[in-house]
Amino acid sequence: MSIHHPQALSLFDGSIFRAAVKDSLTKMDPRILIRNPVMFTTGIAAMLCTVVFVRDFSPVIGQIAGWLWFTVLFANFAEAVAEGRGKAQADSMRRTRTETVAKKIDTIEQTNWKNTPASQLRKGDLVVCETGDTIPGDGDVVFGIATVDESAITGESAPVIRESGGDRSAVTGGTRIVSDRVVVRISVDPGHSFLDRMIALVEGAKRQKTPNEIALTILLVGMTILFLLVVVSLPAFAAYSNTTIPTGFLIALLITLIPTTIGGLLSAIGIAGMDRLVRFNVIAKSGRAVEAAGDIDVLLLDKTGTITIGARQASEFIAFSGVNERELAEAAFLASLADETPEGKSIVALAKANFGLSESLLSGPSQFIEFSAHTRMSGIDLTLDGQNAAIRKGASDSLLNLAGLTQQTAPKDVIQSVEKIARTGGTPLLVAKNSRLLGVIHLKDIVKPGIRERFVTLRSMGIRTVMVTGDNPLTAAAIAAEAGVDDFLAEATPERKLELIRAEQKGGRLVAMCGDGSNDAPALAQADVGVAMNTGTQAAREAANMIDLDSDPTKLIEVVMIGKQLLMSRGALTTFSIANDVAKYFAIIPALFITAYPALSAINVMNLSNPNSAVLSAIIFNALIIIALIPLALKGVTYRPASAQSLLRRNLLIYGLGGLLVPFICIKLIDMLVTALGLA
Amino acid sequence: MTWLGFAEIAAYMAAVTVIAWPLGLYMARVFTHQPTGIDLALGPVERAFYAVCRIDRTKEQHWTEYAVACLVFNVIGLLVMYALMRLQELLPLNHAGQSAVSPDLSINTAISFATNTNWQNYGGESTMSYLTQMMGMTVHNFTSAATGMAVLVALVRGFARKQANTLGNFYVDVTRSVLYVLLPAAILFTLFLVWQGVPQNLDPYTQATTLEGAQQIIAQGPAASQIAIKQLGTNGGGFFNVNSAHPFENPTIFSNLAECMALILIAAGLVLTFGRMIGEDRSGKAQGRALYIAMSLLLVGGILIAWWAETHAGALAQGTMEGKETRFGILDSVIWAAATTASSNGSVNSMHDSFTPLGGMVPLVNMMLGEVVFGGVGSGLHGMIIDVILAVFIAGLMVGRTPEYLGKKIEAKEIKLAVLCLLVFPLPILILGGLSLVLPVGLAGIAAPGPHGLTEVLYAFTSTSANNGSAFGGLSGNTPYYNLTMSLAMLIGRFLVIVPTLAIAGAVVGKKIVPVSAGTFPTQSGQFIGLLIAIILIIGGLTFFPVLALGPIVEHLMSVNGSLF
Amino acid sequence: MIKQLIPATMLTLVLTLICGLAYPLLMTQLADKIFPSQAHGSLIVKNGTIVGSSLIGQNFTKPEYFHPRPSATTVPDPNDATKTVAAPYNAASSAASNAALTAKAQVDAIAAASDALRQENPASADLPIPSELVTASGSGLDPHVSPEGAKYQAARIAEARKAKPDDILALIDGKTEGKLFGLFGAPTVNVLSLNLSLDERWPIK
Repeated sequence: MSIHHPQALSLFDGSIFRAAVKDSLTKMDPRILIRNPVMFTTGIAAMLCTVVFVRDFSPVIGQIAGWLWFTVLFANFAEAVAEGRGKAQADSMRRTRTETVAKKIDTIEQTNWKNTPASQLRKGDLVVCETGDTIPGDGDVVFGIATVDESAITGESAPVIRESGGDRSAVTGGTRIVSDRVVVRISVDPGHSFLDRMIALVEGAKRQKTPNEIALTILLVGMTILFLLVVVSLPAFAAYSNTTIPTGFLIALLITLIPTTIGGLLSAIGIAGMDRLVRFNVIAKSGRAVEAAGDIDVLLLDKTGTITIGARQASEFIAFSGVNERELAEAAFLASLADETPEGKSIVALAKANFGLSESLLSGPSQFIEFSAHTRMSGIDLTLDGQNAAIRKGASDSLLNLAGLTQQTAPKDVIQSVEKIARTGGTPLLVAKNSRLLGVIHLKDIVKPGIRERFVTLRSMGIRTVMVTGDNPLTAAAIAAEAGVDDFLAEATPERKLELIRAEQKGGRLVAMCGDGSNDAPALAQADVGVAMNTGTQAAREAANMIDLDSDPTKLIEVVMIGKQLLMSRGALTTFSIANDVAKYFAIIPALFITAYPALSAINVMNLSNPNSAVLSAIIFNALIIIALIPLALKGVTYRPASAQSLLRRNLLIYGLGGLLVPFICIKLIDMLVTALGLA
Repeated sequence: MTWLGFAEIAAYMAAVTVIAWPLGLYMARVFTHQPTGIDLALGPVERAFYAVCRIDRTKEQHWTEYAVACLVFNVIGLLVMYALMRLQELLPLNHAGQSAVSPDLSINTAISFATNTNWQNYGGESTMSYLTQMMGMTVHNFTSAATGMAVLVALVRGFARKQANTLGNFYVDVTRSVLYVLLPAAILFTLFLVWQGVPQNLDPYTQATTLEGAQQIIAQGPAASQIAIKQLGTNGGGFFNVNSAHPFENPTIFSNLAECMALILIAAGLVLTFGRMIGEDRSGKAQGRALYIAMSLLLVGGILIAWWAETHAGALAQGTMEGKETRFGILDSVIWAAATTASSNGSVNSMHDSFTPLGGMVPLVNMMLGEVVFGGVGSGLHGMIIDVILAVFIAGLMVGRTPEYLGKKIEAKEIKLAVLCLLVFPLPILILGGLSLVLPVGLAGIAAPGPHGLTEVLYAFTSTSANNGSAFGGLSGNTPYYNLTMSLAMLIGRFLVIVPTLAIAGAVVGKKIVPVSAGTFPTQSGQFIGLLIAIILIIGGLTFFPVLALGPIVEHLMSVNGSLF
Repeated sequence: MIKQLIPATMLTLVLTLICGLAYPLLMTQLADKIFPSQAHGSLIVKNGTIVGSSLIGQNFTKPEYFHPRPSATTVPDPNDATKTVAAPYNAASSAASNAALTAKAQVDAIAAASDALRQENPASADLPIPSELVTASGSGLDPHVSPEGAKYQAARIAEARKAKPDDILALIDGKTEGKLFGLFGAPTVNVLSLNLSLDERWPIK
């Protein structure tokens, strides 16, 4: 299980690259730079160093000043590249946001409308949208049904159904009606639409620092102050030792010590993390939610569509006593021929496979009875062997009712078959001909292939999965066992879901869930990470802190991993950055004091050729490492799900030990190059 | 370095652990108000305390109240101590006729004892009356230790409690620290010390006629009762000028072993107290054990380096007994030096100033790590927990979760406060230390030539900021300049750490406890112990490496080459 | 803040009385009863006069006595109160040299002390000089030297006391205290104790 990248954007796309180079210069504006205290300090240091260079005209100081400026530029560049990738995405969205004219009406029944610019629509306004119209703003369908092309935001070309009532009522501004007519109640004021927010988010325009990022920034500022203290006090200690340290060297020492690497890459990591989600077609409404995703302890997963494939499949015909199995199969076959649901199709397929039935069985006039929520059955009225026959299939209680029976009066074998199927997690579908019960179709929930392994992995990461289903506890337990989830919530209602979330949170756990219906909204709002399906209702989308444009509930797992990857990337680069300092000390300290104390050459373990070259090499390394790590910051560190213990071991080895050793090697190489080129 | 020596170090660590373990569990009972076994005797005394002092033992305090109580209590104690020194001439029990202590030395000494530093810019037997030693020094040895324990216990409660508001009651914690832990331990230890030969009397100084017929005046006093608590309470201020090198303060090898254990015992026990108070649902025992092991490794590492340095002195070998007592030899001197600076005790049984450059660097570095290797009674562990918070934050992200320690999420507020603690500590060392190396008033106090002189000043400000109190005694610190600058360093190092520490306690106490899962950052594994040690060494190293390079490191490198100063 | 003043002041007061008076006075009483000699400084009384404490070193310069280690203790200069003058084994004011080992002055001082020692003990001139014999102790009151340090002086004592060198060596061995539990500390000989024995067995007439 690893994170896929559906739309791999090349790291340094040409146009993004050019824009980023330009942006990294405009970001030198101190008002922008101050948002990154570490880089602001570096900027001031570069300025000071330049002044010193102009005063003394020492070539080494000049080079140091140059590399300090580069350090800031590189950090700006990293951020600009990360933003550029988001901007590219935003631009394509923005193109859809042409000014539309809305057909505003006052009541649902009204047929004549007033043309109003979309920008003047307010929350609560009603608009009519007809074939070919662009929906002028976010809202809920309050009347009618229509197919909508949502490719502008989801990239998915197949149109989707939107209808009033139910859980598919939300429409998004900027999408286009393909057919039919609907009335939409606008749910947001201009500028706050979904598209607006999405653009702002992917662009990073209104990017706010996330809680963990703020904490990390505080640590980095603290370390900057600490090293400032070290460097500022050093001349006094040096003076006692009869040494004066050139100002340029002091500045170089400061900059190599403060955490420029992570300081320079921090915002790029954050933007790239959001960007990864966007490329996954998941929109996070805040960075906070992405971080919270990494902390999730409990995943609430809907059974249907997430753990099992959306539809149930017919697996068996069980005839009641006195009924021929073939007779049952034929009846079921006929009743399902016109049934376009996956269940219906699976019944037809099973009958064909097991009994070789064919469509020719149906001859003569027939009337298909559609499923309705009221009767909870479907079927067919036809002439069979010259007789009028009414074949029905449906839920057990409604068909028992049809046959004039109750749980108590029904034959024993009927009740037994129904219960047996339910116990194994299946759904029993009774079939009756002319009110005579023939038998039962075993509809089976099919657990998605590979899902069990994913749960094992999640468990090893310390994440508990809870299956949420409307099924009875018996059925739920059977499927839960088959899928390998840790727990289940049967006969789930929105209220019970909310209760469960609250209970978990009370125990200190962070909960993630996904949902689509309006009645999911409270639970989505309560969950620490709530992912709404884009096909869901506006209420659900409002309550959630993430929206999945593909409406794929399994993505919750990937969302968690992206969250973890974001935090890991930060941790890895912070550790790397701090570990780097050790080598830099061994480069610079002997260089600073060697004139006063030649004996200190003993700690010049890298055997750097001379003080100037040592300081210059450290500064060059310090600048180049930022560039070298940009791809890592953008891609995120490799994440393989594992326990915290093994993740820590691996990352400590790579970024801790690596951070300790790499600079020793690199600084030595740079020193050899600098000396060979005669730069110092 | 001999096998027997390694065995001695191992035996020392084992002996400390064997006593610290039950002591730690006992203290957990004391601070969670469970039966201790001596309640029958002490309960009435305790209740009398509360009645007399108008303390409502059931009233818990919010962190701000707790901090205010701590500060007010310490300020009052400090004023009393100052008054005692200034007025000792007029007060009873002044057999040696000591005159009033000068104002700047009194300020320094009062602050020094209130902050658990116990830096000695005075010679006990030549400056302080018996009354001052008893009612000033001895009392502060109790109260400053109790303050440290109270602050620690508050911090531990912050982590132990779930979504609570309060941290306990400062006065109750201080009272129970003194009554149930410090006082009984001190009484037993005093008797042991007297048995070994430490004087405990109110006699005037003894006039002896030596075998060669000369007159020798031998200082006396109620020494044992003060020495017992100065070791147990990680105070370290000696009854006599040369502290535990003095044959009256530390007469035998046995007394030395016991004192060397005592200076670390309570601090070590508190680590296990912490584990017990956290509780087993968060594998508290293992959490405490991990910190205990990390501390032990750092301590033993320090001992080994110092031992190696003192026994491989090369051309300086003939001088290595300078400042050391014959009965302790080199190894018992370096064990003590490492232990007294690892814990923030600061008493000495040999003169660190006369160690080899690297041997002397070990105590210095121990303090620079922030006195977290067992550290002061209470203050050591709360300092260590700050380091743990930083370590967990830096590396914890690498497991892909918001960092947490003991189930409490470490967020911006905790980091802000932890960073404050991190910054406060080196501030006086680097700024005041640097200043003293350029100002004539500072330079005037330095005794040793060359880099060693720099180390003397560095050591002084490190010791005072870290509230240790041991010294490179060559520095003449009893001048208004040093008395006042060091006072500042001690105050900053103590109270500017205590307040943010209590604020952290206040911030975490209200948080939920995230249950442990496979995704939880492990803070009790060997891996974490290694990580924690690395972070402590790297943060300390990065802060102080440049100045160490100009002090002991260059002194060592040059003396190896045969240079003298 | 104000309401904290009462409990804080009262607690300070009570603790001062308990820890600052009751505790040390009780300990003084107990010590006096249980360990009377140690409590009063382990004093040695000979012929009715206090000759010193078994724990505190004293200065010996005469050749017939074992010499202790150099001592860095001082007394105030009678001529100038701001200065001090050397006064070895001043038990009213313990002190160490705090000399830096890498100081040229210290290395020179050790060399000078070694030379002096060799001159005082010509018979031992070829023996290695134990470090403690040429360095000041931490307290300035160290009552001990190492067995080697005592043996280095044995020949001189034997000559001055007209005793057999082997008897002196045997005396040193008899007075040697080993490591605690065979593990801790260093072997020592108490100089005062040695010298008292010398006076007893080989009195100087």
